[in-house]
Amino acid sequence: MVRSILWIILDCMTILDVVGKTPLVPLFADRAGAKIFGKAEFLNPSGSVKDRAAKAMIFDGIKTGKLTKNKTILDATSGNTGVALAMFGAVLGYRVTLCLPSNANKERKRVLKAYHAEIIATNPLESSDGALLKARQLAVENPNIYFYSDQYNNPENWKSHYNGTALEIWEQTEHNLTHFVAGMGTSGTFIGTSRRLKELNPAIKTIPMQPASPLHGLEGMRHTETTIKSGFYDTSLFDGQIDVTTEDARAMTQQLAGKYGLFVGISSGANVLAAVKLAETLPPDAIVVTILCDSGFRYLSDELWD
Amino acid sequence: MSVTIQLPTALRTFTDGLSEVVVEAATVDEALRQLTKNYADLKRHLFDDDEKLRSFVNVYLNDEDIRSLNGITAAVKSGDTIMLIPAIAGGVQYKTVTFQNTDLF
Repeated sequence: MVRSILWIILDCMTILDVVGKTPLVPLFADRAGAKIFGKAEFLNPSGSVKDRAAKAMIFDGIKTGKLTKNKTILDATSGNTGVALAMFGAVLGYRVTLCLPSNANKERKRVLKAYHAEIIATNPLESSDGALLKARQLAVENPNIYFYSDQYNNPENWKSHYNGTALEIWEQTEHNLTHFVAGMGTSGTFIGTSRRLKELNPAIKTIPMQPASPLHGLEGMRHTETTIKSGFYDTSLFDGQIDVTTEDARAMTQQLAGKYGLFVGISSGANVLAAVKLAETLPPDAIVVTILCDSGFRYLSDELWD
Repeated sequence: MSVTIQLPTALRTFTDGLSEVVVEAATVDEALRQLTKNYADLKRHLFDDDEKLRSFVNVYLNDEDIRSLNGITAAVKSGDTIMLIPAIAGGVQYKTVTFQNTDLF
């Protein structure tokens, strides 16, 4: 009887049901001083933290009637959001079109093809902005064809972390975390998580990591000083800022794999490095949490692993 | 030899907003050195402290990755185009985009 109930539950599940509730992994347990933990977001079903926002944006679209079966999901992405949208599109039966700079790595392009997503390649010189302009143009010109999820302005993006990531971290640290550090792309993860954590305990410090240079190799992370901000960017949640160079982030990413068995992407390495830099300034009873954004498998062609 | 260097949006802050810069050079290396001589603030973004091209900048000569040519010492001829492409697709500046909240939903 028990087995059959379980079977019914399992039978109703889709890949969407296993988004979130990721483990919190202790990092540098051999290190004295403040404790550091990484939220293992790379264990989400499509392999990145972006599953949370993609799921929330799609569900909201369905709930509000903006995403109907005849519509194609559209967004601009440098990769991870596109992969998440494509995976959910596949399982829910929606077509997915993604504007992607042509210099996105081949792993991402191949995964997108596996999910049958349509890729519109944009000018590599313009990076994500070219993809963004193209997506906006397509959305404006074809409102009857596309559901534009618009990850840079859709509040469901940050809310998925406000209602998910933050609460999970809060429980997993038994309400004891003192600091949260994370880099920003759309800033959804940082803004949503920080906002909720500060509501739960105003003493918690939330610090953004950012690339030290406007041209950098931290995939998905933005240099914010001169960037155009997403619709929900909120500096009132910033308790300082930690800059990380691509070279240092690469070294940390390699160390995480080679020494700690964590095969993660370079943005995770950058986040962990920022967490270590911060921890060095804190008392031993401090607890720092950061995000392990995606898996190293998404960067296999990168010379990082040569 | 007069060659054109096309720049990614992330670096145009350092070239007074120019997307292309024309320089005189015989090799890719000379062209990039001339570029960073003309726009000194660019240098630390393209080259590391050991004067080596940073690993996350990919250089294309007429649409061909210089790694498949002679690397940075590849010869250039008049009319050639050098493109500096970020190794990553996302995360650089959105300098050229006028970005606003939209009512597309």
